[in-house]
Amino acid sequence: MLHLTNKIYKDLNQMSDSRKPRRDFIKLSAMTLGGVGAASLLIPFISSMNPGKDTLALASTEIDLSPLEEGQSLTVIWRGKPVFIKHRTKSEIDIAKNTSLDELPDAEEDSARVQKDNWLVVLGVCTHLGCVPLGQKASDTKGDYGGWFCPCHGSHYDTSGRIRKGPAPTNLPVPPYVFLTDNRIKIG
Amino acid sequence: MSSDQLQGYKKTLNSPYTGIKGWIDSRLPLIRMMEAEYLKFPVPKSLNYFWSFGGIAMFCLIGLILTGIFLGFHYKPSAEDAFDSVERIMRDVSFGWLIRYLHANLVSFFFIATFIHIFRALYFGSYKAPRELVYIFGLTMFMLMMATAFLGYTLPWGQMSYWGATVITNLFSAIPVVGDAILQLLLGDFTVGDSAVNRFYVLHWLLAFAIVGLVVFHVITLHMTGSNNPTGSEPQSWDETVSFHPYVTIKDLNAALFFFIIMAFILFYYPNILGHSDNYIKANPMITPAHIVPEWYFLPFYAILRAIPDKLGGVIAMFSSILALGLLPWLDTSKVRSCLFRPIWRYCVLLFAVNFLVLMYVGGKPAEDIYVLISRIGTAYWFLFIFVLAPLVGFLETPRQPLTITNYLQSKKA
Repeated sequence: MLHLTNKIYKDLNQMSDSRKPRRDFIKLSAMTLGGVGAASLLIPFISSMNPGKDTLALASTEIDLSPLEEGQSLTVIWRGKPVFIKHRTKSEIDIAKNTSLDELPDAEEDSARVQKDNWLVVLGVCTHLGCVPLGQKASDTKGDYGGWFCPCHGSHYDTSGRIRKGPAPTNLPVPPYVFLTDNRIKIG
Repeated sequence: MSSDQLQGYKKTLNSPYTGIKGWIDSRLPLIRMMEAEYLKFPVPKSLNYFWSFGGIAMFCLIGLILTGIFLGFHYKPSAEDAFDSVERIMRDVSFGWLIRYLHANLVSFFFIATFIHIFRALYFGSYKAPRELVYIFGLTMFMLMMATAFLGYTLPWGQMSYWGATVITNLFSAIPVVGDAILQLLLGDFTVGDSAVNRFYVLHWLLAFAIVGLVVFHVITLHMTGSNNPTGSEPQSWDETVSFHPYVTIKDLNAALFFFIIMAFILFYYPNILGHSDNYIKANPMITPAHIVPEWYFLPFYAILRAIPDKLGGVIAMFSSILALGLLPWLDTSKVRSCLFRPIWRYCVLLFAVNFLVLMYVGGKPAEDIYVLISRIGTAYWFLFIFVLAPLVGFLETPRQPLTITNYLQSKKA
């Protein structure tokens, strides 16, 4: 059998150039099909590296806010990261609202960062290199602007979680959340 | 060495290519080697589809390593977590079921390809001089495959994993005097447990890559002698050969296509048919399943183990059944390689293959009267084949004059 195909190939090689493109077509289409097949085989493998269903199931967190007095803060874990929830005092709200946008490296209104003025919810991860800033405990240093201070490289955040001083490029991000009731929120 | 000779030696390092290809190749002669050993490598014209199974086995190995890496991203090697992490792969990880079923079924098809590959070597005399080392590296890989497959089967930490591991590791306790001490040393515990599954996981990876290393040796030794072929006659000229590419590459890909279509059918319609349902029960050191059977590819050797009524004797018989096969190049006294031209030996080899399947069958049956008897006859034939028939038939039979590759192909055409 093989000697026959061998002969066919030999003959093909000796054919005039006008016949050759037909083989090129077969070659090209075979390689394309093979390439598409190999690429689609990659999909399940790459996809398997994503967070599993069990991980995604933990992707939202519900928090009861009622134990939190004015001026107190709470740190909860959402998707493995700390989320800062701050029950802001009247003066903290006023400071945040009255700050001129010109003073802000990453200009953003306080009203764009909260759903209810007395509750601030931000991701507790410094936007510089991912450390967790200080300022949640009463004894912590809160930085020059009364919010948070990152001990790693000295970024200062204000009472709206906005970057004011230091190497961090952007404000602490606000995670997606909704108020289920007045005292209950769901993050994620 | 004179400077002329040195110059001549260095000149061979100059690449035949130009440009970037030449720059790399003159420093790292891989491109040259690939061209010589794979693109232009001469292969006998007369190969049949039996010769595709080495390549198919290699595809299986690549697939196993690929799926293994992605399973390893999610698997946790501890007695506490192993079973649950495998169930998580099956239920929660995206396409985890596909990757795990691929891994589990590819092993079975790796063994199918390897069994056929070894049968090919026996039937067409590929083990005979000058290919003894090719054959011995092959058998070594086969033993490592079995070790790797066994270790891998313990990792899901189901009932069959656990009790299979217990039974197989207890083989070491058959060693006189120091057996129990060795067993404890290997397990790091008094029984198969947390420390064992951790070690098994590491060794499963290690041995898999040891097989990859041996593939390199298998191929280097093969490329020194070139492939055997159905006639067992060496090619006498370039006319009796074809180049590896495109002839063999296309043919092997074609064979692999059919082979993996069959695998895909099992994979997608009967993914558990080659496994055992008890392995979906988490390992319980207090309860042994009613009927323990190893994976199907171990059954012939399991039958040999059980055929010998003595603990140590059974273990020795099982291991030496494969080791003895390694002696075949020297025990077979015939000058003729291929069974096509050996009227008596041909039936000995075919009977050996049938005997292998019979042993596989009885290995999966309970160790009761008739099955034990059959496994004893089968074991007896296994060793008779190697130690008596191989030397004796070589002397007694009168082989036909092997055809040259050209004449063989003409006779097939006629």
